Formats: sequence, C-alpha cells, structure tokens
Amino acid sequence: MNKLRIIYNGLVTENPTFVLLLGMCPTLGTTSSAFNGMGMGLATMGVLICSNMAISAIKRLIPSKVRIPCYIVVIATFVTVLQMFMQAYLPSLYATLGIFIPLIVVNCILLGRAEAFASRHTVIDSMFDGIGIGFGFTIALTMLGTVREFLGTGSIFNYGIYPETYGSLVFILAPGAFIALGLMIALFNRIRQKHTDHA
Amino acid sequence: MLEYLSIIITAIFVNNIVFAQFLGICPFMGVSRRLTSATGMGMAVTFVMAIATCVTWILQNYVLVPAGLEFMQTIVFILVIATLVQMLEIILKKITPALYQALGVFLPLITTNCAVLGVAIIVVRNGMGLTQSIVYAVATAIGFTLALWIFAGIREQLELTDVPRPMRGVPIALICAGLLAMAFMGFSGILIK
Repeated sequence: MNKLRIIYNGLVTENPTFVLLLGMCPTLGTTSSAFNGMGMGLATMGVLICSNMAISAIKRLIPSKVRIPCYIVVIATFVTVLQMFMQAYLPSLYATLGIFIPLIVVNCILLGRAEAFASRHTVIDSMFDGIGIGFGFTIALTMLGTVREFLGTGSIFNYGIYPETYGSLVFILAPGAFIALGLMIALFNRIRQKHTDHA
Repeated sequence: MLEYLSIIITAIFVNNIVFAQFLGICPFMGVSRRLTSATGMGMAVTFVMAIATCVTWILQNYVLVPAGLEFMQTIVFILVIATLVQMLEIILKKITPALYQALGVFLPLITTNCAVLGVAIIVVRNGMGLTQSIVYAVATAIGFTLALWIFAGIREQLELTDVPRPMRGVPIALICAGLLAMAFMGFSGILIK
C-alpha cells in the first residue's frame, strides 16, 4: 500500500475529528488554547503509533475472541508509559491536561484504528496509519485550540493579536468549545460537499 | 448530610459531567436521538458507574497504594471496568431478563465511555472517602442522564426543522449542546455550606 496515501487518508479522507467524529471528549476538553490542543494531539499520536505497531506485530498471537481486552491492555500500557514520561519531562503540560491523559485509554480513535487497521496490516503500514490519523487529530485539535484562543483571549500560541479585553470569554469556557467545534465541522462538511458536487 | 447534598448538587448541576467536564460525549451524541434510548443508557451508566467506582476505590486504597503500584492505576482501572461490564451483562441476563432487555444493548458501549473511567480517576485524585465517592458517582451519573434527557428532547424536535445542509446532524447538535452548556453555566454560583 502506498505510504503517502495512508497518511493522506488519515489527514483528510478519514480525519478522526471532522469526518469520523471520534475522540470528542479530549477534542472539547483540552483545546482552550492552541498549545494545549497541540500537546494533547501529539500525546495521542505518540500512543497511537506505538499501539498500532505493537498490535500489528502481535496480531497473529491474539485469539480473536479476546482481542478487544488485549488491545485495551496494550493501549493502557503505552498510556502509562506516556504518563510517566510527561510527569518527568513536561510536568506543566501534564498538569494542564490533567485527567485527559489517562483517558487516552478510552479514546475511541485508538481502539478503532487497532480494530480497523492494525489488526489487518503490516507493522510498517500500521505505523504510517498511526502517523496519518495522529497527525489529522493533532491538526484538528490545534486548529480548534487556535480558533478558541483567538476569539477568547485575542492571541495565538500566547502571541497577542488584539487586546485581551475585546475577547469573548465564552470561547475559553465550556459552551464555546461545543459551538466552535460544531461550526468547524459544518465548515469542513461544506468544503467536502463543494468538492464532491464539482467532481 | 449537608456535605453529601453539596456533592450531589455540584455533580448534577454546577459541574455537570457533559456540559462542564466534557466526559462521556460519545454516548451523549450517539444515543440521544430518542428519549427511550436515552433513559436506558442513563440507567445503565448509573448502575456501572456506582459499582465501578466502588470497586476501583477499594482496589486503589487497599491494593495499589500499600503495594506502591500507583502507576498501574490506568491499566488496572480499565481492566476492572471492562471485566465488570462483562460480568454485569452475564449476571443481568441470568437474574433479571427484563432489565437485561432494557439495558443489554448499552452495556458493551459503556467500557469505552470515558465518564466511567473518568469518575473513578477523579475520585482518587480528589482523595474522597468511600461513601463520598459512591454518592459522587451516582450523582454524576444522574447529571449525565439529565443531560441526555434534555438533549434527546431537543434532538427529537431538531429532526423536524429545516437545517442548512452542511450543518445537518452533528454540527447543529454540537451548537445546541453549546447553548445548553451556557444555560448550565447559570448554576455555577451555587454553593451549599
């Protein structure tokens, strides 16, 4: 299978946030700023690449009846590794993302890719799938974080664009997360529909 | 008593699990199309959340902490929840087929409901006692059911409206959820002392 095609698939055709609508909880919960969104995206991407490769490598050893618990254990192991790594090297980001780091375990994207891709493809292909889907997720989270941070505080990646007093706080708070994500998915749908109408 | 009342009000209204803490969004979007399925899902979540929080709390405080294995928390908790859901499914099927009929379809979905694992971890992180934890878990689940109910009512109406094509389905539902979250922000001043 063409490697670039797998990555493009994860980024656009099967973008986990805008198309598959998976992993909504971290998408809404951690995107109060562009930096936090990107951090969460990269953390998920790291776990996804590792778990995809591991599951693909041991796919022949797992009896199909108990495959879901096996996948969960593999994913939980890598999440624990990530937790310890972040506690040691990125303590402030770890504190901001809080409960959403252990909750990567129950992110449907990971289990979904294990079941739909890694259990059927080679280790290398699974790695590229992890990179593609993980990157698609990171970009979506960073975009959502950027929009919310810009509208809420008037800055992007802490770089001030307009004075903070003009920002509307609601976009940093819970309601803004739902509304901003809803509008972004609608925009993505619009672009895709235009694309298919032309083709 | 007042302490428990405060936990209950906070968990249901002020810090609603869906609208303020962003947990359990997947089932919130997935099964909120009909009021009946929303009720079933809410009951199943309440059931599992209470039992799972109780079991994980005991494991954390009597096994993991004395053994110095706190770092195993994530792995142990998710395994316990997955096993518990499976066991519940089998037990319900044998003992009360009627309840199984009502909740059966929703049980497998609960393993990957991040609200269940989320509550188990929040309870440990906040250092709550066993009774407090169970009260918190049940109240949170009631808050989840409430959110699901309100939202299912709105979505039943939404299906009859003429929404612009790119906004149909999930986008308009998310925007409605945002407006609901705004309404729930009105509770944020409540403090019981």
